[in-house]
Amino acid sequence: MSLLAFQNVTLKFGGLTAVNDLSFSVEEGEVFAIVGPNGAGKSTVFNLISRFYDPIAGSIRFDGHDLLQVKPSGVAAYGVARTFQNIELFEHATVLQNLLVGRHRHRKTNLISEVLFLPSARRQELENREKVEEIIDFLDLQAYRDKMISGLPYGVRKVVEVARALATEPKLLLLDEPASGLSVEETSDLRWWIDDIRRQMGITVLMVEHDMGLVSGVSDRVLAMADGAMLALGTPAEVQSHPAVVEAYLGKAS
Amino acid sequence: MRIVFKTDYMQDIRPWKDGHQLVLYLILLAVVAAAPWWLDDFYLGELTNVLIWAIAGLGLMVLTGYTGQVSLGHAAFLAFGCYANVILLEAGVPFLIAFPLAGILTGIAGVTVAIPALRLHGIYLAIFTMALSILMDDVIVLAEPITGGVGGKFIGGVDIFGLTIDRWGTPVHFFWLVLVVAVLVTLGFINLLRAPLGRSFIAVRDSEVSAQAMGVDIARTKMISFALSCAVTGWAGALMGMFSGAFNNETFSVVISIQLLMMIVIGGLGSIHGAFLGAIIVGFLPQFLSISKEYVGALFGGNTVAIPGLEFGIFGMILIAFILFEPMGMYGRWLKIRTWFELFPFYRKDMFKRQKSYLKTERLR
Repeated sequence: MSLLAFQNVTLKFGGLTAVNDLSFSVEEGEVFAIVGPNGAGKSTVFNLISRFYDPIAGSIRFDGHDLLQVKPSGVAAYGVARTFQNIELFEHATVLQNLLVGRHRHRKTNLISEVLFLPSARRQELENREKVEEIIDFLDLQAYRDKMISGLPYGVRKVVEVARALATEPKLLLLDEPASGLSVEETSDLRWWIDDIRRQMGITVLMVEHDMGLVSGVSDRVLAMADGAMLALGTPAEVQSHPAVVEAYLGKAS
Repeated sequence: MRIVFKTDYMQDIRPWKDGHQLVLYLILLAVVAAAPWWLDDFYLGELTNVLIWAIAGLGLMVLTGYTGQVSLGHAAFLAFGCYANVILLEAGVPFLIAFPLAGILTGIAGVTVAIPALRLHGIYLAIFTMALSILMDDVIVLAEPITGGVGGKFIGGVDIFGLTIDRWGTPVHFFWLVLVVAVLVTLGFINLLRAPLGRSFIAVRDSEVSAQAMGVDIARTKMISFALSCAVTGWAGALMGMFSGAFNNETFSVVISIQLLMMIVIGGLGSIHGAFLGAIIVGFLPQFLSISKEYVGALFGGNTVAIPGLEFGIFGMILIAFILFEPMGMYGRWLKIRTWFELFPFYRKDMFKRQKSYLKTERLR
């Protein structure tokens, strides 16, 4: 069974059809990329998974659960973590605190034990640190761990967002344009990281990306979208040479 | 400059950076606790007042400074705590039970209010809570059989294990009671901030979307924040009632709400220090003004004429000055001064610039 399955999902904003009868599935352990021109509905697919929108038809299943039955805050509990296109970090907190918020879904203590900081809260904090430090090591964020987000450069913020998502120990990682605004060097770093996330951590990656170099470099399968519907699905090479995709990007030859 | 090398996870978890800092805070606590020996009764009363304001400020800080929910209605919760405490005491409940219960009841009242307020943001939430503050005045008048209406209520001393605590009779005991409450609330606050719940407050404040994506239930977090904030404010209200001895519907007016919010803005939003620094300004300002008026009067040979609205005028000017020149409040200024000394001579003028512009625009969304 596939990890994430979209079945005939349709989403409309008034008269605008943002996602039109979309079906696809992401298998466990693969890197799956969604490409398409602006306004194709790529980020909307992510927001559907995050339960920010309710589709008017269709079903979204993740790991045997019906995602449409849970609240937006319940999605993380199943093991879905994400990053955002326009970085959504907790600006006035340190990198460390941001990553620790990522550990929220593993919280076992309650209000009383936290206010009194009982040994159980202390133990949990130590466990959280250990996991977070692993991720800081993995993504080379040591130099920034106690820095405020508001003072960090853009490229580092992008990485911190990935780190925060990884801190939740997800099964599925959603990356919304992870390479946008990054330098060539940072993009190639990212490429190795995505590879390592899949290989070492065993996390399935679903990403929206415009950088075709990155997409064809890391992804196993690519879904091309236009106007909320699927154009093509297959290996990067297949999708890139698919006539419908070429037409969507470049227009029809006349 | 002291550089603390991190060799242990506990260094980040425990509330103090290193032994040096812990010792400084313990000395501060000892000096304050010894106040009865180095202050006369008048100034001890003023210090008590400042501490009570600081407790109320901590209450509002949880909600506004950390969860980002502006409240102009906290005077209503001060009143609720104050009346709950007195009514319970009059019913014969011992103080050690009545006082905590007053806070808990206020917390429950806060949650009840929070439910309709959850969908409101920024200025709309401020208006909603301000309406609460105004309503409370009428509610107290209407519920005369319980609250004493316009005539108000009086409270004398209370007993804790035979120890009389009376604002006027035994001001020293009352001061210590307030100090103990202030210290306990502060410790609880510090603990909360280093635990998942405190971090989820910050998460809700800074980005609701991504907090949600991390598994933080926004509605629930805001509700807990309201509950904690109101409970602490309720305790402050109970102490305020005991401090003034007599109160009625006009004691906790909307002006108190505004003063409370201004206090934490002046002190510095989003820091525990801010609540205390703001309380020092708000608490001592009236006394400072009346004392300086005497000096000015003596200097220019005039007599000490009462100028109506002088206190609020000066308060307003201080507030405007802070919002214009130091949006991070007194604590922010203190951080800058400290950094200047620590990094001397390498301090750059714009070191805190980004945080400043962020605070100006997005905090009170």
